[in-house]
Amino acid sequence: MHVPDGYLSPQTCAVMYGACIPFWVLAGKRLKKRLNSKLVPLLSIFSAFSFVIMMFNIPVPGGTTTHAIGSVLVAVLLGPWAAVIGVSVAVLIQALFFGDGGILSFGANAFNMAIAMPFAGYYTYRFLNAINQGSPGRQALNAAVAGYVGINVAALLTALELGIQPMLFHSANGTPLYCPYGFFQTVPAMLFTHMTIGGIAEALVTGGVLMFLKRSMPEIMVDLKVEAPA
Amino acid sequence: MKRIKILWVCIFILCLVTPLGLLASGEAWGEWGRDFFVKVFGFIPEGLVRYSNAWNAPLRDYSIPGLGGVLGYILSAVAGIGLVMVIVWLLGKTLSSGHRSSS
Repeated sequence: MHVPDGYLSPQTCAVMYGACIPFWVLAGKRLKKRLNSKLVPLLSIFSAFSFVIMMFNIPVPGGTTTHAIGSVLVAVLLGPWAAVIGVSVAVLIQALFFGDGGILSFGANAFNMAIAMPFAGYYTYRFLNAINQGSPGRQALNAAVAGYVGINVAALLTALELGIQPMLFHSANGTPLYCPYGFFQTVPAMLFTHMTIGGIAEALVTGGVLMFLKRSMPEIMVDLKVEAPA
Repeated sequence: MKRIKILWVCIFILCLVTPLGLLASGEAWGEWGRDFFVKVFGFIPEGLVRYSNAWNAPLRDYSIPGLGGVLGYILSAVAGIGLVMVIVWLLGKTLSSGHRSSS
């Protein structure tokens, strides 16, 4: 889901950076109020977790690969604004040092994976918890569903950003200048990948880690509750 | 704070097993290199020619020049989590300066 440079027009890249800026500024303000000395190390750990979990490529039928992202987990544990900061940093390091996702397209990648995904997942989780909070197992299941929803929202946005390129940006004779695939190719391809393997991986990571923390490290969950509601 | 150490050990163990992610062959959809376009479309879109090398990442594809794929991948993971941790920690410290733990 890391869009490389050259797939999106500079105009699209500028719009996506523009879309990120208010979220980054607001996230900074929110965290200034809520972050304390107990939460800072936890945010850095779970941001690092998001970075490393993205290295586990999983094959998808049809010859491509996918991976979990972890930003819904960060949002469920530390709140969506913390996830915006933590996962944006992870995606930036991937682009700068490892060429995973572009620099021009960093705004798009950050918006998809570090902003839209954690918010979509976080509110799905809260909604499901409001309906049926139940046992810790039930909450972990809710988190798993939230992870599944979150990664698919990110995948759909990525598909729309890629798919709009040939329509808007082509040469006089119609040759595409950037991503040559339109919506009819990008949306089914991205959703197939993430409604199957990617979504399941994200669900397992989100629900599994939450379950593990609730079972084995309840005191960490208590620390995290400091910043539970957004 | 002992718990935090356990979590870091978990992350470090994850780094050691990251090469499992190398077993999956092929690229993620929409993350192909230039040769894909030559093969499939017979041309490389102009924007890709112009911008795909806008930035030269030093450890492209999580590989370290001169090291094997597996070792390079593990060390990239360690370097990456180190960078993420330090930057998030510094950002967090800056943002939360003046706050004491409130719980």
